[in-house]
Amino acid sequence: MEPLIDIRDLRIRARTTEGHEIEIVKGVSFSVRRGEVMGLIGESGSGKTTIALATMGYARYGCRIAGGTIRIGETEVTRLDGKGLQQLRGRKVAYIAQSAAASFNPSRPIMAQVIESALIHGLMGEAAAHEKAIGLFRAMAIPQPETIGNRYPHQVSGGQLQRLMAAMALITDPDVVIFDEPTTALDVTTQIEVLKAFKEAIRDRNTTGIYVTHDLAVIAQIADSITVLRHGEVQEIATTPQLISNPAHEYSRKLLAAAEPALRPSPVTGEASVPLLRVSGMSAGYGLVGPDGMPAVPVLRDIELTLGRGRALGVIGESGCGKSTLARVVAGLTPASRGTVTLDGVDLAPGIAGRSREQLREIQLVFQMADTALNPKVPIDEIIGRPLTFFFGMKGAERDRRVRELLDLTHLPASVRDRLPGDLSGGQKQRVNFARALAAQPKLLLCDEVTSALDTVVAAAILDLMAELRRELGLTTMFISHDIKTIRAICDDIMVLYSGRVVETMPAAALETGHHHPYAGLLLGSVPALRTDWLETTPAASLQAQGVPPALSSAGCAFFPRCTRAEPGLCDTAVPPLRPLPGGIEAACFRLGAD
Amino acid sequence: MNATIGRLLLTRLVAAILTLWFVATVVFVITNLLPGDVAQELLGQSATPEAVAGLRKALGLDLPPWQRYLEWLWNMVRGDAGRSLVNGSPVAALIGSRLGNSLILAGITALVAVPLALVLGITAAVYRGSVYDRIVGAGTVLAVSVPEFLVASAAVLVFAVQLRWVPALSQLGRLDGVLDVIRTFALPVLTLTFVIVAQMARMTRAALVDVLSSSYIEMARLKGAGQARIVVWHALPNAIGPIANAIAFSLSFLLGGVIIVETIFNYPGIAKLMVDGVSTRDLPLVQACAMLFCGAYLLLVTMADIAAILANPRLRHR
Repeated sequence: MEPLIDIRDLRIRARTTEGHEIEIVKGVSFSVRRGEVMGLIGESGSGKTTIALATMGYARYGCRIAGGTIRIGETEVTRLDGKGLQQLRGRKVAYIAQSAAASFNPSRPIMAQVIESALIHGLMGEAAAHEKAIGLFRAMAIPQPETIGNRYPHQVSGGQLQRLMAAMALITDPDVVIFDEPTTALDVTTQIEVLKAFKEAIRDRNTTGIYVTHDLAVIAQIADSITVLRHGEVQEIATTPQLISNPAHEYSRKLLAAAEPALRPSPVTGEASVPLLRVSGMSAGYGLVGPDGMPAVPVLRDIELTLGRGRALGVIGESGCGKSTLARVVAGLTPASRGTVTLDGVDLAPGIAGRSREQLREIQLVFQMADTALNPKVPIDEIIGRPLTFFFGMKGAERDRRVRELLDLTHLPASVRDRLPGDLSGGQKQRVNFARALAAQPKLLLCDEVTSALDTVVAAAILDLMAELRRELGLTTMFISHDIKTIRAICDDIMVLYSGRVVETMPAAALETGHHHPYAGLLLGSVPALRTDWLETTPAASLQAQGVPPALSSAGCAFFPRCTRAEPGLCDTAVPPLRPLPGGIEAACFRLGAD
Repeated sequence: MNATIGRLLLTRLVAAILTLWFVATVVFVITNLLPGDVAQELLGQSATPEAVAGLRKALGLDLPPWQRYLEWLWNMVRGDAGRSLVNGSPVAALIGSRLGNSLILAGITALVAVPLALVLGITAAVYRGSVYDRIVGAGTVLAVSVPEFLVASAAVLVFAVQLRWVPALSQLGRLDGVLDVIRTFALPVLTLTFVIVAQMARMTRAALVDVLSSSYIEMARLKGAGQARIVVWHALPNAIGPIANAIAFSLSFLLGGVIIVETIFNYPGIAKLMVDGVSTRDLPLVQACAMLFCGAYLLLVTMADIAAILANPRLRHR
């Protein structure tokens, strides 16, 4: 059978800031048969999104399609003029973007945007389009399908927007749908629902698709075949089961290995370690603090935690659960409104202003985005050298020697010393970020999503570095992430936050076994596994955990509205305390062990 | 309309009133710091000290400053700007005779400059990076860098002296028909447009370029929307805030900041009135003019703020 999409020797060139052109897609060829989904996988800079957009004859600002052919059905896309491209886009080929929140126009109601392409292409009247859209909303399991279209994008949650965008793409019954990382920006518990909705829509409509992602486990659920890309070149094209079980190319094997990060052995053994950090009864947030010590917008409530010297604690939870705020409170950037933070037996002042320079030195924070954390105008040796001068008064040759040591420690070549952050790769910048924190010789290192902005292979190297630093320096670390696999790979203990409260603590080894808090269970079950039938078989997919925002009232369990095991009258009236369970787990749930 | 918007609008209004009060105080203090003395000025060098003191008393200038301040402020609130110290006629009447002229000039300039700036800014943003965009960019920089007296003089030289299309002075005598109006206003409007169009066009372009590079514009393009639809339906509603601000800022210049243009074309506007007031130490007149300019500025900026608030869907629809 003739393939529906046939791309031959596609070349795309981009203009650099200096004005000369470089080839970013270098002769890519692949084809997709009708009714099948092709996955494009690769790291940032692999050209996967650029290729996907090119199938709609579209190149982003500064880029152009320089050669090759793109055939969709009978149409040769590269030969279309402006008018022809307009007729192709949204009608024959539709697009689902990475961030629905950014891809919906904030000034227009959702319905007007969903039916826009049907009206532009003159496929149906407005009333008919409304009706069709509502039908699609139903098919996508979007709550309140009749009325959600009247709302504006900011009034709808991210997961719902992502499904609304899928409805927007399908309204014209396009021949081809381009999925561009459509679940990357979502929490895992939301991602699973969106994936399910997509998969059903693809199956019911026999949709032909191109699915772009960097996440092998996600693509394994959707795609029939996978094209592995790197630096704008195809590395391997294989069917999904074949690629997962028996990748031919070395780079594919590397991707596979990075998708399931190996456990880094922990230098600490056993329980016997002295507590370094203790947080007790701590609440924090934003806005004015009331007479009860609670701020107007509480983010964290009654946090208790103990972190032993040399241990690594992983803090996990979905966006908005308060995990980054926890790091900021410990560092003193966001003062706690209630409770205490104790380091090495000394109570710390809530805010930075009240802490001594020595206390500031002892706690160092590594931020997620090295790009924004490093001053782009300051050379690397100055970035690392500044804390040396500030905390230790080092100057001249002594400081220079120490900078070299720190670079060596973080596996950076000494030649980066006089470069600017902009000259470094993402992974290198993150290493500089670490080197700067380590320059202060902290007792406690707070790492806030330090691998989240990095490609999987680069992130794996950073994890190796962290494991090495722990081993060699005996660092105590608090590692904040939304990614369970990363946390599992590097941490000794895990703490699960939900809506600003600790719902579970456990030793990392208990992650795969044992009974968990219902939310922790949902979180663990929502992480895609690297097998093609995961979406159908995971019990988390059948949990209806959507649509309801976390309860803001302080009465009752915050997870109550989403919980499948909730007992009205009990769970929504009192806050469950942390109770010990077998396997070293402590969970805040009334229902655990009850039946 | 909802509570949040109501509260935001109220905050803006209160802020505007407080600003006006603050400005009034500053105006009063500064005008009283002006060197020279109106009584001395009126009576000339040869006046006896007794005569000066008598006149000071008659004009109420011998009262303590805070008492004069309170009285003046209260009169201002009531809308009574007092009487000119120089010729005794009510300041309101003096201003009234000129304000109309200034508003006409400002209005015609706005009618020409705003659409021109919007068209230039929008087209430059749409064709970002093209030769056209660069010409508009360089042209607006040039326009904003050339001082207005030079533009005005050059315009007079070319259109009035060489070509003899229009008169060199814009005297508002009898205006017969549209052609006469155009002939009278052509040069001052041209000069003022030159001055304010650049700022508005550049801000419009910047705001729109920002919006046009957002994901939802890319999305609209990938839905098959044409250029006109993308600009008008998708992009402009999201750029209203900054554009309205740029327009308000530029227009506020047209009342008080046009002294050079009014002087060159001998146009009987309000800026000239104020400068005359300063040279004769006519404090009530200067104070009233200053308050008028600040009031107009605040009105325009507050209107732009309100437009931006109302254009924001996050505030409109909670």
